[in-house]
Amino acid sequence: MSSTSVLGGVVRRREDPALIQGRGRYTDDVKLARTAHVAFVRSPYAHATVGAIDTSAATAMEGVVAVYTAADTDHLGPLIAQVPVGALRPLLNNGTVKHVGEAVAMVVAEDPYVAKDAADSVEVDYEPMPAVVDLKQSLSDEVPVHEGASNTLISWVGPFGADEAALAELQAGIEAAKQRDDAVVVSQEMTNQRLIPVPIEPRSVLADYQAGYDRFDIYSSTQIPSALAGAIGKYFGMSMNQVTVKAMEVGGGFGCKLNVYNDEVLVAFASKQLDRPVKWTETRREAANSTIQGRGWVATATVTGTTSGEVLGFELEGIADMGAYSQNFTVAIPFLGLFVGSGQYGFPTYWKMDCVTTHTMTTDAYRGAGRPEAAYYLERIMDMYARRIGMDPAEVRRKNYISSSDFPGAVSPMGFPMDTGDYTTNLDAALEAAGWSDLLAERDAARAEGRHVGVGLATYVEVCGFGPSGLVDLGFSWAEYQMPSAFNGSSLVRVHPDGSATVSIGTGPSGQGHQTTWAQIVGDGLGLEVDRIRVIHGDTEEAPPSIGSFGSRSAAVDGAACYEATGKVRAKAARIAAHMLEASEADIEFADGGAHVAGAPDSSVSWGDIAACAYQPHRLPEGMEGGLEAHAIFSPGNATWPFGTHIAVVEVDPDTGDVDLLRYIGMDDCGNVISPMIVDGQVHGGIAQGIGQAMFEDAVYDADGNLLSGSLVDYILPTAADLPSFELDRTVTPTDVNPLGVKGIGEAGTIGSAQTVVNAVVDALEPLGVTHIDMPLRPRRVWQAIQDARA
Amino acid sequence: MKVSMSVNGRQVSGEAEPRTLLVHFLRESLGLTGTHVGCESSYCGACTISLDGKAVLSCTMLAAQADGADITTVEGLAQDGELHPVQEGFWERHGLQCGFCTPGMIMSAVTLLEENPEPSEEEIRRGIEGNLCRCTGYHNIVQAIEYAGARMRGEEPAPAEWENA
Repeated sequence: MSSTSVLGGVVRRREDPALIQGRGRYTDDVKLARTAHVAFVRSPYAHATVGAIDTSAATAMEGVVAVYTAADTDHLGPLIAQVPVGALRPLLNNGTVKHVGEAVAMVVAEDPYVAKDAADSVEVDYEPMPAVVDLKQSLSDEVPVHEGASNTLISWVGPFGADEAALAELQAGIEAAKQRDDAVVVSQEMTNQRLIPVPIEPRSVLADYQAGYDRFDIYSSTQIPSALAGAIGKYFGMSMNQVTVKAMEVGGGFGCKLNVYNDEVLVAFASKQLDRPVKWTETRREAANSTIQGRGWVATATVTGTTSGEVLGFELEGIADMGAYSQNFTVAIPFLGLFVGSGQYGFPTYWKMDCVTTHTMTTDAYRGAGRPEAAYYLERIMDMYARRIGMDPAEVRRKNYISSSDFPGAVSPMGFPMDTGDYTTNLDAALEAAGWSDLLAERDAARAEGRHVGVGLATYVEVCGFGPSGLVDLGFSWAEYQMPSAFNGSSLVRVHPDGSATVSIGTGPSGQGHQTTWAQIVGDGLGLEVDRIRVIHGDTEEAPPSIGSFGSRSAAVDGAACYEATGKVRAKAARIAAHMLEASEADIEFADGGAHVAGAPDSSVSWGDIAACAYQPHRLPEGMEGGLEAHAIFSPGNATWPFGTHIAVVEVDPDTGDVDLLRYIGMDDCGNVISPMIVDGQVHGGIAQGIGQAMFEDAVYDADGNLLSGSLVDYILPTAADLPSFELDRTVTPTDVNPLGVKGIGEAGTIGSAQTVVNAVVDALEPLGVTHIDMPLRPRRVWQAIQDARA
Repeated sequence: MKVSMSVNGRQVSGEAEPRTLLVHFLRESLGLTGTHVGCESSYCGACTISLDGKAVLSCTMLAAQADGADITTVEGLAQDGELHPVQEGFWERHGLQCGFCTPGMIMSAVTLLEENPEPSEEEIRRGIEGNLCRCTGYHNIVQAIEYAGARMRGEEPAPAEWENA
């Protein structure tokens, strides 16, 4: 295990003492006097006209404060979206519901139990209409999701930026390759099923409008506090500085808390109307059918290669499910897949995804967001190709990688410049860590005994750490949320007069350990003990505006902003220290809680001494301003492109179809590492979610649009007993796009893992003639595939 | 109706509706918000508490049913400012990320170690099967419980994986 840290190692997490003692403050834990509670009336139909809504019984109920319908809230407009392609969600439905779970009325009561009783008593006349759920049916426009509009919202075609002539030439080249004498063409339609994110903390929002000050405090379980503040301001004609959003502890997000939701706006509306705090916490069923879902692709992957393992072209054509309405990113998610459509390979790639609506809940960013889907198709079909030509799957990959000598300056076949990469070194390290040749020999020995053991390998490259402000030019502008500053990292470091320091930052972590990591970066830069540094995040009153935490961006973008702000503070402190010690600024070094003259440790001043001086301008060098703080905005030249190789070993029981995951090896490369402990933790969780998709999870809608997996009884998450301990290690290829050399790691595990497990299971069943099974690989499906292969 | 119980060594009583869930009584009436509600259907384990020495799910039990019971919640584990070894293990071995499942997970682990002081990895994994975690992949939770087990047996815990460079 590599324990190398650019900042000197592991610090126990500072967020933990509160959390392990039940003293963390999540949104639902916040109690304000006079709080009223919300329950929503939601559609039981996927597609139906909404007639009369009878709220009289609810209104008459003791303890009910108010009941609102679209007539009360339509003037606010629909839910705003960053990428507003397609129909936007009405805050409350005003005519035709488009999915099960869509909100049609909001009840506010003194007590949450009464609110639910009252919501149950609201009578709504629905006139059901045919629903469309199947993606191919949606593509045909046979049943429109929105009357008068095509179901296809956009088609993403890659390489990015290629014009029609270039695309035609690319396709003609791949067609010509298929005609070669030594050509092997392998093609497979595969489903990458819909998933429900399921953070264990349900979403919750508490709005406190203060009429006397005309301002809001909004407590919300969100990954994007500043964007929520901007959105609330926009809805109510207020400035960002009249709205404070606080997201103190967030109990998991995984992308599903990376939306401004209609419920957040509605709860704020009710608070303003009623002039009292109003709270809503979703139930687990609401989390399933009215918080965004992820994935949901059907696509055909085709590899054209030679009999000797040289890939001549890769094509992916398919359909992606957007659900009924567009929210924050929705149609942009498959575009993130396009970014990495050609993986870490250099071969020509043609890519086309049609984004269609269905009568289901909206899809948006779920951990990986487009990139796990893209990697899944690519790495499944590469594996099938390796099998077809009888070549070691690792060697087929090696043969087609972009060479490390192409960096810096490599441009992926999809048209994107990449930062740094060394895929062969990573692959070799993974094979060594797993004991690849021994593994294959053990597998073969097990097979000789009649056991169905399989070894699966997959490699990936991801793109993350979205920080370049130039992304605005690709349509990713946060202007809808009064955040035109877009993807910058932003950090404010302040040294107080007593020599302690505070980092104020706009990240919105949900378990990633920012209290610890930002303090490590600042502490390392200032030579100040971590315990002397307070980190404030998730509070828009304190922090400079920032777009929050998602897309594995925080360390690479906001962490870099922390680093740069620290550098500015240190530079000023060095001048002050030099002045105080009557030394040259160039000789000042920082360590052990203060500054000293190089080579003369006794000639020193503490941070308290320096800070006291900084706040007494008459003691400062001539012309220097008082104070000791700095703000830095960091906009990198590119995203970061982490990569890795994962290997799984499984055994399948052919009588039951049960898959036993025996070993899981991950060799990831996220550049430099600040905390090996936290990085490993991110990879563990990411892998578990990828294994969840491969083996257990499935958001199932029936043909009428009913969500059949709306509770944890039927939406199966992996438990501790389903998973092995993971065997992790790293290669280190620092990025050149930020001063820390770090790449994102939050999503890598998820991007690398689902196809690794499926490749292993297919390998186990190869002797029976199985070539593909769609996820999730639950026993019945595996058993059926075995029966079909035997038939 | 009035309900009385012992919670974390203190005798408490309060008003509850007949339908009030125990977890809501703990969180809303007593202000003990360490016990979390994750699914309201007994599947996630976030609301696990210790009731008369057993790990139970407080989201599927009425406050009225707990009348007269002896309850420990996560807030009652640390004694005189000393963390319980299981709490210490979660901190030392990075057994939590977002922390939302953690109180329930810790309460299950405490019961597990009381019943089986030296569990194998397999027994730990089976023992916490009823508690879902979405962040850690359970890897470091297993490490945390192994750490706690060693401490409770008076043994030196194995070094953390990141210390084995």
